[in-house]
Amino acid sequence: MQYELITDATLVSCYIKGDESALEVLIKRHKQKVYSFIYSKVYDKDVAEDIFQDTFIKVIRTLKKGNYNEEGKFLPWVMRISHNLVIDFFRKSNRMPKFDNTGEFSIFSVLSDTSLNAENSIIKEQVEFDVRRLVDELPEDQKEVLLMRIYDDLSFKEISDKTGVSINTALGRMRYALINLRKIIDKHNIVLTN
Amino acid sequence: MAKNYFKTSIETPNDLKPKEETINFILNYSKALSVIKSDKVKFELVLN
Repeated sequence: MQYELITDATLVSCYIKGDESALEVLIKRHKQKVYSFIYSKVYDKDVAEDIFQDTFIKVIRTLKKGNYNEEGKFLPWVMRISHNLVIDFFRKSNRMPKFDNTGEFSIFSVLSDTSLNAENSIIKEQVEFDVRRLVDELPEDQKEVLLMRIYDDLSFKEISDKTGVSINTALGRMRYALINLRKIIDKHNIVLTN
Repeated sequence: MAKNYFKTSIETPNDLKPKEETINFILNYSKALSVIKSDKVKFELVLN
């Protein structure tokens, strides 16, 4: 059979019916795109290899279980699986990709300095200063609860004891404090990100 | 604060392909895997 001329959808259908060679054609047809996509995210050949393998294992299991529906197209579906696996990889390793452009192992890829650099610490100070100014704008009762909860790290039970209001009232004041802060931030288009 | 973006110095090689052994592993896995469907459950069976 001239597999090269057959569409992905037909090959998928053949594979589901038991034609193993259809899978080989599909993999060979798309391996470069899928692998390059993964590599462009992780910048590590071994990791890319693992994610590529896991992607197609997932594809095979889904197809054999009959859970694949041909609503979308095969390649975008495979790319989406690999994209999700890349995200899982970064979640598990809890780090962002690091690269040194030489392809060799670098000790600095595992020893990272988590302290802020000069620019980021200045930005952090500015953000904190702005937040303090915004908090000062709040009504006194809301401000009191917010400061105790966020800055003093008191529980709502402790806040209730200290201020002489019920826990529900303290919760309500906290809620309104946050709503009001968001309103002020939106109204003045304040950017509080680093 | 303004954000400055720089063109990355990382280049992705053009001839990126998975290893042949990875492809073979996937194809062998596919041949070894069979799914048995009962009334409500689907069982996966991997033969060595």
